[in-house]
Amino acid sequence: MPDRRILGLAALLAAAGALFLFWGLRGPSAYILELRAVKLAGLLAVGASAGVATVLFQTISHNRILTPSVMGFDALFLLLQTGLVAGLGAAASSRITSLNGFLIEAAVMMGAALILFTSLLGRTRHDIQLMVLAGVVLGLLFRTVTAFVQRLMDPSEFSMVQARMFAQFGSIDREALAAASVLMALAALWLVRNHAMLDVAALGRSQARSLGLAYDRLQLAVLCIIAALVSVSTALAGPLAFLGLLVSSLAHSLMQTHRHALLLPAAALISALILVAGQTVFERVLMLQSTLAVVIEFCGGLLFLILLAKGKIR
Amino acid sequence: MIQVTNLSCGIASSPILKGIAASIPAGRVTALIGPNGAGKSTLLKLIAQQLTANSGSITLDGVEVSEIGARKLAQKMAVVAQHLTVASRVRVQDLIGFGRWPHSQGRLTAEDRAAIDDAIARFGLSALRQRFLDELSGGQRQRAFIAMAFAQDTDWLLLDEPLNNLDLHHARNLMSRLRSLAEDRGKSIVIVVHDLNYAISWSDHVVALKDGQVAFQGPVAETATAANLTDLYETPVAITQSDGRPFAQYHR
Repeated sequence: MPDRRILGLAALLAAAGALFLFWGLRGPSAYILELRAVKLAGLLAVGASAGVATVLFQTISHNRILTPSVMGFDALFLLLQTGLVAGLGAAASSRITSLNGFLIEAAVMMGAALILFTSLLGRTRHDIQLMVLAGVVLGLLFRTVTAFVQRLMDPSEFSMVQARMFAQFGSIDREALAAASVLMALAALWLVRNHAMLDVAALGRSQARSLGLAYDRLQLAVLCIIAALVSVSTALAGPLAFLGLLVSSLAHSLMQTHRHALLLPAAALISALILVAGQTVFERVLMLQSTLAVVIEFCGGLLFLILLAKGKIR
Repeated sequence: MIQVTNLSCGIASSPILKGIAASIPAGRVTALIGPNGAGKSTLLKLIAQQLTANSGSITLDGVEVSEIGARKLAQKMAVVAQHLTVASRVRVQDLIGFGRWPHSQGRLTAEDRAAIDDAIARFGLSALRQRFLDELSGGQRQRAFIAMAFAQDTDWLLLDEPLNNLDLHHARNLMSRLRSLAEDRGKSIVIVVHDLNYAISWSDHVVALKDGQVAFQGPVAETATAANLTDLYETPVAITQSDGRPFAQYHR
């Protein structure tokens, strides 16, 4: 028997999706529907991956305010994207389709995230403030290096990077979307099989180990999945710093449970719901194109400051 | 039994344990005693494989503990740590349910549920079983964690300062329950205790540590002498007899 709150969220999301697809449909409806369906799929993919990645990250870092974005995951992805174009040159990188380009970036991203964040989580396990600080500094470093590399590029390469970096909800790349859905399906498969292990891991490393959980191996696998999911959301919609935080707070306060079997679907649904409903309101009611991200970031950032001020660092 | 040989361990280049040799008998209650910073918790964590030693060996029934494997070890040995915090929002009954993880890997069977209910009843948590852990007092939380280790149903039970936060009713109950686990069900209990009288009145065996070395070890009746304890704590301790058991006086 699925949880009623999950069913409610799913119904709301279905309603929001239908509204997004069919509201104000005029003119060549098949063509418009197809465009809208791609956009809707993109929103769902971005929402689900951002929400799930954040809940996973908060579970393995044992706190409620850190998100992959705060720790510089998406800045790392942008650095890799820029580095790829700069390293190969515009001619070579234009031959990389967005499909295999995305898969290469996601694979490199997993490797880099594993190396960096395994040692970071290991060293700062006992000191959450230090972990926040290290993450912020890392994020800043990645962004600055990215900006520096972009200064050095020639204009044609730069315009290519820019087109990739600022992919907003308005223009979702179909091939990247296909690749993203493969990655998300793999991640979902792993999570369906192993979600109970996450519940144990949330007890803390030593507690989980004394229950016989191979904690360090689990942490590696979870970091891999987070890296893949961040690649998905960043490649499709650009960096969204605080969506994840907003979503995981909502998911935790709605579900009031430690069970990831409930938390993860709730986070995915809430996150997709915020994006789809928000985008519908902004596009169809307010007739604005690209301000949804700004509003989400504003609300999420505010929540981040409130959590910090209330001393909820744990 | 647990046999510790020539065990050394340092944390961040300062040595904590220096060549410890100790044996902890099976089927008994063993108390680890000693002044602050003597290395009691470190020894317990090393036995539980939560820390890695620099050198030396720890064997459980003749097998090196590091070679038993995490899941097997969790079926043989349960640990209650000293600092108990959990970031996720867990209900008491779910926390205790985690004790069954080594056996069922998350899929609770009828047998698991019975063990959970038994642990809840034994540790007086029936009224609290639906409460979230962060809504409990320190002592109640402590009992919930001990109940979880109890539900793990292992031959060995390691507890790091289990009497912290417990009032005298629950402290005494806990000690007598540990005693009966050893006597009636043949379990082996290792506890780090600061209260000397709880240690010597309830345990069979003591291992006393001082400055990272074993000061003395052996059955309580032979080792808990005024001279030994006075040396150990560098504080005058007098031993009198009360109901045929040694009683330490050190309060003033």
